[in-house]
Amino acid sequence: MTDLAQDLLSSFVVAEPQLNGSRNLGVVHLRKEALDRFEALGFPTTRDEEWKYTNLKPVLKHNYRILLKGDDAVSFADIKSYLLSDLDTYKLVFINGKYSSWLSDSTHQEFDVCTFAAALNKYPDTIAEYLGKAAPKGETFVDLNTAFADDGAFIRVKASQTVDKPIEILYLTTNENGPAFSQVRNLIIVEQNAEVQLVERHQNIGDQPSFTNFVSEVFAARDARVSYYKVQNDADEATLVDNTHVVQKEQSNVHVGTYTFGGKLVRNNLHFYSGGEHAESHMDGITIIGDGQTVDHHTLVDHQEPNCYSRELYKGIYLGKSHGIFNGKVMVRQKAQKTNAFQQNDNILLSDKAKVDTKPQLEIFADDVRCSHGCTIGQLDRNALFYLRSRGIPKHEAEGLMTYAFAADALEYVKIPQLEKRLNRVIAEKLGINLEFTL
Amino acid sequence: MIKINNLQARVEDKEILKGINLEINPGEIHAIMGPNGSGKSTLSSVIAGREDYEVTGGSIDFEGEDLLDLNPEERAHKGIFLSFQYPVEIPGVTVSNFVKTAINESRKGRGEEPMEAREMLAKMREKTALLEMDKSYLSRSLNEGFSGGEKKRNEIFQMAMLEPKLAILDETDSGLDIDALRIVAGGVNKLRTADNAVIVITHYQRLLDYIKPDFVHVLYNGRIVKSGGPELAHELEEKGYDWIKAENA
Repeated sequence: MTDLAQDLLSSFVVAEPQLNGSRNLGVVHLRKEALDRFEALGFPTTRDEEWKYTNLKPVLKHNYRILLKGDDAVSFADIKSYLLSDLDTYKLVFINGKYSSWLSDSTHQEFDVCTFAAALNKYPDTIAEYLGKAAPKGETFVDLNTAFADDGAFIRVKASQTVDKPIEILYLTTNENGPAFSQVRNLIIVEQNAEVQLVERHQNIGDQPSFTNFVSEVFAARDARVSYYKVQNDADEATLVDNTHVVQKEQSNVHVGTYTFGGKLVRNNLHFYSGGEHAESHMDGITIIGDGQTVDHHTLVDHQEPNCYSRELYKGIYLGKSHGIFNGKVMVRQKAQKTNAFQQNDNILLSDKAKVDTKPQLEIFADDVRCSHGCTIGQLDRNALFYLRSRGIPKHEAEGLMTYAFAADALEYVKIPQLEKRLNRVIAEKLGINLEFTL
Repeated sequence: MIKINNLQARVEDKEILKGINLEINPGEIHAIMGPNGSGKSTLSSVIAGREDYEVTGGSIDFEGEDLLDLNPEERAHKGIFLSFQYPVEIPGVTVSNFVKTAINESRKGRGEEPMEAREMLAKMREKTALLEMDKSYLSRSLNEGFSGGEKKRNEIFQMAMLEPKLAILDETDSGLDIDALRIVAGGVNKLRTADNAVIVITHYQRLLDYIKPDFVHVLYNGRIVKSGGPELAHELEEKGYDWIKAENA
């Protein structure tokens, strides 16, 4: 067992009575069981099939502080650049896992945009109904999070409501007192025919290593529409394990876009459980990383009912000594006839030292389905590069322009123009090209 | 304007150009004809600076400067333009943005200020009209889903916008129907001035009915084996290439 796992187990005894929801017996029970499972499982190693290409050892070795305190010294000016400045949004800001009401803009009016901690007290029945129902038991990081997490975003949109503006969720880590291990959790419930847009970001604003173990559970009822954007552009010493689990009912439409540009190690476990006819599941993303960075996208679409559609498009651009991993599993259960599943993972290596491991995984138990998958790893097309240069565009810009063109279709489903603009700006910056090209 | 002297080039181990000599003055149109595999496209690529070809001998002098020292973009900035036989599709980049970028990068390369947005727009309008292109072209992704004819017209549109000193049209007639051919050729003719020159690379006489060359050269087996006036193109049309091959066997 790693030192960190030991620390976590012993900290739990101290932490448990102070955690939000400690008076809710159901939650207490959930936590204890989860901790027991974590104790049995420990942290995964590269001997585990699901972690074969991603070695956690270097990021688990830091002497993390586990029980974090909020940080009142953070001002709006410190975090402004992490928010969409030119757009009115609801804001949920957490510092070291603690809610900052000062920096946030929540609501309980027509719908709930508030905190997990508040919901634990205010809506115990809802918590009992949903908490832990999307994220599977027996996954180390989910179990560890279930044991410890006591705050995060709670969003509930009642039937036929549309949240009037996007919700921004910002998780900050400050670490002046040394490396920080933080565990936060979302619970997002979108009822029948309701609609919501979310923009989420984890950000380490210190210079020490941080490790964020995050769980997000999303429930999309019949006809619900969810757009969920993850902007992952964290500091060089930040590690994120993002466990996002989406349960869908009939005719719901959920899109999760993951845009990864930073961090030392990012592991995304994104699971869709397509549990109602004519549900649509969209997941896409762009990854642009460089020296010393690893990004690992593990996705699962579990088609449980007939006539559903899933679309998966991940683009990766790897510079320097970076490492990309894509593992996309599509499961089509026997009952899920007429499933239409599309999966594509395309990668460009812009350096000899960059590495990509990509693995599509299809398990199909129904006989009348349409499933396509493909992955490519390549370099820029020399012929196209010469074409651009022969028109006077310098080599560096030509490469950037082609790389941008390669990635851009993964932005097609971004519905918030301000976010799209911002992502374009980050991409242009990462590729060292002029924005003129792209807009 | 351009003086090609004993130019030799190869790709990997295969020698393709075996000593090309060609001189072109401002205001002239030169046609280069020849059977498949004779080195026509290689010659145009080498002039434009494609790095897949290795120049093993000879020189290219362009307005007093050694072209072979320059990379493709620098050659473009000096005023060399190659219209591709197979233009490349670039999804996600519109024609207008691409052209704008190409023009301003060329200006930057020459130490000039970027073109004013209004001037750019007016010029785009003028040139689309010249080539009888619908304005909606400008907002389409570069060459993506374009028909063969649209791609070629788009090449000439870019040429019109960039106003090169030396334009090389590589098989611009292939894939064009007769109407498109007339429009494209009409565009090239209207862009002609006393200061610029054109190299037309083609298989057939057909395009030369519309773009009248001052000189016709026959390229065979990596060498220019015959040069003459427009009548040479007619002779080739009539007799094919076999007699050229026989003469140079």
